[in-house]
Amino acid sequence: MTSTTLFQPIAARPAPINTSGPVAWVKTNLLSDWKTSLSTLIISGLLLWYIPQLLSWAVFHATWVPNHEVCHNNHVGACWGLIAEKYRIIIFGRYPYEEQWRPLIATILLTGLLVLSCVRAAWKTWLPILWVVVFTVFFMLMYGNVLGLEKVETNRWGGLPLTILLSSVSLVLCFPIALVVALGRRSNLPAIRTFCTIYVELIRGVPLISVLFMASFMFPLFMPPGTDIDVLIRVLVGITLFAAAYMAEVIRGGLQAIPKGQVEAAATLGLSYWQTQRKIVLPQALAMVVPGIMNNFISTFKDTSLVTIVSLYELTGALKLGVNSDANWRPFIIEGYLFIALIYFVFCFSMSRYSRWVEKQVNKSKLR
Amino acid sequence: MSTDKPPHKKNYWSWRSQAFRGLLYQVLALAAICFVVWFLAHNTLVNMRNRGIQSGFDFLTQPSGFAIGESLYPFDSEEPYWHAFLIGISNTLRVAIVGIILSTMLGTLLGIGRFSRNALVRGLCLTYVETFRNIPVLLQLLLWYVVLTEVLPNSADAWQVGSVFLSKGGLNFPIPVWAAGQFWAAIGVLVGVIGFWFYRRWAIRQFEATGKPRSMFWVPVVIVIACSLLGWALGGAPIALNRPIKGDFSIENGGALTPEFLAVLIGLTLYTASFIAEVVRGGIASVPRGQGEAASALGLNRQQEMSLVMLPQALRVIIPPLTNQYLNLTKNSSLAVAIGYPDVVSIANTSLNQTGRAVECISLVMLVYLATSLATTLLMGWYNKRATIKER
Repeated sequence: MTSTTLFQPIAARPAPINTSGPVAWVKTNLLSDWKTSLSTLIISGLLLWYIPQLLSWAVFHATWVPNHEVCHNNHVGACWGLIAEKYRIIIFGRYPYEEQWRPLIATILLTGLLVLSCVRAAWKTWLPILWVVVFTVFFMLMYGNVLGLEKVETNRWGGLPLTILLSSVSLVLCFPIALVVALGRRSNLPAIRTFCTIYVELIRGVPLISVLFMASFMFPLFMPPGTDIDVLIRVLVGITLFAAAYMAEVIRGGLQAIPKGQVEAAATLGLSYWQTQRKIVLPQALAMVVPGIMNNFISTFKDTSLVTIVSLYELTGALKLGVNSDANWRPFIIEGYLFIALIYFVFCFSMSRYSRWVEKQVNKSKLR
Repeated sequence: MSTDKPPHKKNYWSWRSQAFRGLLYQVLALAAICFVVWFLAHNTLVNMRNRGIQSGFDFLTQPSGFAIGESLYPFDSEEPYWHAFLIGISNTLRVAIVGIILSTMLGTLLGIGRFSRNALVRGLCLTYVETFRNIPVLLQLLLWYVVLTEVLPNSADAWQVGSVFLSKGGLNFPIPVWAAGQFWAAIGVLVGVIGFWFYRRWAIRQFEATGKPRSMFWVPVVIVIACSLLGWALGGAPIALNRPIKGDFSIENGGALTPEFLAVLIGLTLYTASFIAEVVRGGIASVPRGQGEAASALGLNRQQEMSLVMLPQALRVIIPPLTNQYLNLTKNSSLAVAIGYPDVVSIANTSLNQTGRAVECISLVMLVYLATSLATTLLMGWYNKRATIKER
């Protein structure tokens, strides 16, 4: 009575839903349920409607030749001819036309140095020396009056070189101030702590433009009678003092993140205050705040556009100078604004990408 | 080993004493600061005497002699400087407060959008944030101003939706004619808000007692609208509107927003919203993922998960940097001077050029911004205290 049952395999289960590959990506990210599908439909519809219009304005129907009459007759497209016509004054401001190779080389040098400073392999002792050398060359090229170069007063400097100069010099100068102020805010000495706190809070409470007004209107009153300080230097001092307060807060954030045990351990080893800061606290704290410093640099870079309000012709000011005085081209200033917006964007975007990368590098030790 | 040796006597007046060194450093620092302040003040006084610059705040009561493009209440050039400054402050606050509200709403939406399931929404939000925060705000203000004053049509052929006009002259819209009925409607709104407050207390008590969530959006909205409609009807339901009329050269009557105000508002809102979006995104990202997964496991849908679980916890991380963004927006409103919106910096600049009192005018501006910053910090500190985790 034994009936043998044959082994009957049950039907294979269906293969699991594919979770990789483009089709699966579209399914999960664009069409996962009816709400998502509906919004995909609406958004892609809008994009398909507007992007061709934008492209037709910016590319297909745009005028590229530097001729304002052609631009005036073109009612459907952008007028990039403005850039072709005015790029020299937008980028170099009022710098003498024949001498504009000097700011070009100076800017390339300084930008190259900035890029080099971002590379890890270059973080050696020769880097600060290189900074000093490049700054010296920069000023010699821009100001002239040596090696047979014609002298160019600072009030004729302008455009992109000025923007880069203002932001990089203020970064370099504000760093030591910020370091001292950040340490001072965490000091045990009440008078020094109070003073540093007042400085930081005062500066952070007022807009940059009021500091710039101060630099341009009040600074001459502060100086001993008879001294006449160049407006570029006054503005530079203003931006540096302003940036130092923000930088000090970033550094203080790093200092606060150092566990107290580190300082106590250093004290046990018999290190003095400055030895503790120099050998134990600052190396750890500064490595932590590099992304913050980078973000600060980006906002300083953007903030330099304000110096146009106190009559220095950096990118924004140079554009207004070049286009507003020329009635033929004035109607197309929007294209000019878009052009310098692109320049700012390229700089700021690449710096923020770099800052993101540094953040990952810094956090590498924490990810295991 | 001599254990009975008396401990080394501390000498407080020696270089080896930390307390003494600290005192010395502080005295030196104080002396240096006092010297710098004295030096600057001395120079300033000497320079002012040499150049014949008058000082003092007495100019504030003199007639200003300039007109102001837009103000909340009428101003003419006969009125004193302090009046002009007040108008400047009110203009700054007006654009800052409206800007803060709008940028918070836009920024929160964009920040949440970064977590959308829809890749297109995520991509759009990312593109927005990266574009707007990498272009200087001054440039954006100038760009919007040019768009509003050059690209828009003349007021003769303004864009029109109903009785709302948009042209080079700005935005014109109908406003209700002031009548007793609006007063009653305003009282109705007030009653509605009080009613909402009572409803909220009741709803929270109900929720704690029974665990059933009550609607916190539709019921309050209905309460407020019903109360204001009731008040409006009690007041005789006035429907007279002051509509803008298209004239030959400009659009008259009705309410109006100037292109300067609109440019500052749009520019600041869009710029700050990109930063607020990053703040919100960071806050939400800081909430552990398990919280969201637990919420899904409990059967909450996506929207409930965001509003009941993720956002309340993210709020604690969000508030401090959000305060910073509000302060930045207020401070950035000073850039309005570049496009001629009469904010406090612009008024101070004009006064400075007319009276030559640089020190006074610039200190007034700084004082105004310091006071605003302090007020915002205090307000947000109070709110932050309410939102932090109650620990025992």
